[in-house]
Amino acid sequence: MHPAASVIIFNTFSGLGFGLLFWLGMGVLVPTGWSAFIWFTIAYLFAVGGLIASTFHLGHPERAIKAFSQWKTSWLSREGVCAVFALIVMAIYGAGLVFAGTRLEFVGIIGGLASLGVVFTTSMIYAQMKTVPRWRHWTTPAMYLLLSLGGGALLAGQVRIAAVLLIIGGILQMFAWGMGDRRFAEAGTTMATATGLGHIGKVRAFEPPHTGTNYLMREFIHVVGRKHADQLRIITIGLAFVLPVVLLLLPFLHVFAALAVLAHIAGVLTLRWLFFAQAEHVVGLYYGKR
Amino acid sequence: MTQLPPPSAKKLGLVIDLDTCVGCHACVVSCKGWNTENYGAPLSDQNAYSGAASGTFLNRVHSYEVQPEQGTAQLIHFPKSCLHCEDAPCVTVCPTGASYKRAEDGIVLVNESDCIGCGLCAWACPYGARELDAKEGVMKKCTLCVDRIYNENLPEEDRQPACVRTCPAGARHFGDLGDPDSDVSQLVAERGGFDLMPEQGTKPVNKYLPPRPKDVEPQIDILAPYLEPVAQDGAGFAHWLDKALSALPGGAK
Repeated sequence: MHPAASVIIFNTFSGLGFGLLFWLGMGVLVPTGWSAFIWFTIAYLFAVGGLIASTFHLGHPERAIKAFSQWKTSWLSREGVCAVFALIVMAIYGAGLVFAGTRLEFVGIIGGLASLGVVFTTSMIYAQMKTVPRWRHWTTPAMYLLLSLGGGALLAGQVRIAAVLLIIGGILQMFAWGMGDRRFAEAGTTMATATGLGHIGKVRAFEPPHTGTNYLMREFIHVVGRKHADQLRIITIGLAFVLPVVLLLLPFLHVFAALAVLAHIAGVLTLRWLFFAQAEHVVGLYYGKR
Repeated sequence: MTQLPPPSAKKLGLVIDLDTCVGCHACVVSCKGWNTENYGAPLSDQNAYSGAASGTFLNRVHSYEVQPEQGTAQLIHFPKSCLHCEDAPCVTVCPTGASYKRAEDGIVLVNESDCIGCGLCAWACPYGARELDAKEGVMKKCTLCVDRIYNENLPEEDRQPACVRTCPAGARHFGDLGDPDSDVSQLVAERGGFDLMPEQGTKPVNKYLPPRPKDVEPQIDILAPYLEPVAQDGAGFAHWLDKALSALPGGAK
């Protein structure tokens, strides 16, 4: 799959932003006044900034309002509805903390859960794709949630929660990669089933439909990510999980905390790039490529 | 709405005969010709006259080489367009309701004025039947020439998809695959028509007819047994050269 920059930025930063909103909503940290204003500004910059970035890959972003209508069947639509709901509820909760210095507990919990709901609905956009066997697994939503919760806790300065979640996240990610590597073969879609010609003999793509490339090949056939997958996986694990945990366990210094956040963001950006670049869509089989 | 309608009785679709298709791409050209100037946004090309040409097509013809266990390889031309699946995954993922399956005849269409160009339907389609137009930013796909098949302004023989109308080999057939007595359904039953990627669970309406088994040539030359066998081991200078080179150290035997 083509790793579009806008979608990678969205997945990374919105995940962190909504993770931070979750911990704020749950009352793990209860800032008031100016301090609350700063916390909520950071969370909204990440969450909303990511959402805005995600509209850059649309052909017609001016019609985005229509995307709220099909929540009955579409995970993308559900994500949109959930995001608007979470952002409104958390704005009410934030206003209570900033202006009145009071914690509207119930509002916070609803908003926090809705924030997590946004991350879950995002992950299901990918996990539902039968055409991309690597994504179609429970580890996809599990990793989205863990990264959002872990990264959010890291941003929120919750050392113990962040360390535990990042350690679990790192382990699950390695497990997900290992299983994901086999899933295309396990799904059983091959050039033989794609063409229905397998009963005659071995099928090979002889001539593509056109001499040039096309939308399908640009969008679905991406080889560079797989070429360097091993190195990128090591970089991801190091930056997103190991380095932040080590920095968290050192005696607390603001520099270490900032470095932990930066390393984690760089690691998650790499992880997301790999998430797309490594995923293979079955349509590549028609081109004899993957 | 992107909820799929209950399965329609009428299932319009194509039957493509892989035995007959000669790979001339006439269907590709006629499809682009009709659909670029009729229903919806035109099908744009980018850098059409350069080495990096690219463009939107609703129908593309692949060619595959199939090597049986024994005997010579076969070349099979393979036209591919939207299969108008009964369980169309491209429809249910659409966030805006732009993608829909018609309840009356099962044709899968895109309402382009609602399409935000997110590309998710193309991700959900295992067949590569949908292409986002680089110029218009909306999703394009085969309409089964919905603006021809019901068009009473056209002579009756033209009321079929452009690709079917133009196919010089008669490799493409259009009809109601929901009616077991229709010509296309009979053809599918008779020739063992099959689905592409059945494991994806999309229940395609379009069917493909497999290439017929190749004949095994019987001995028809009645004089052959009485003729001198053709020498297999060469003669003259070539024969001497072959032997001489083989005799050298390391020479091929």
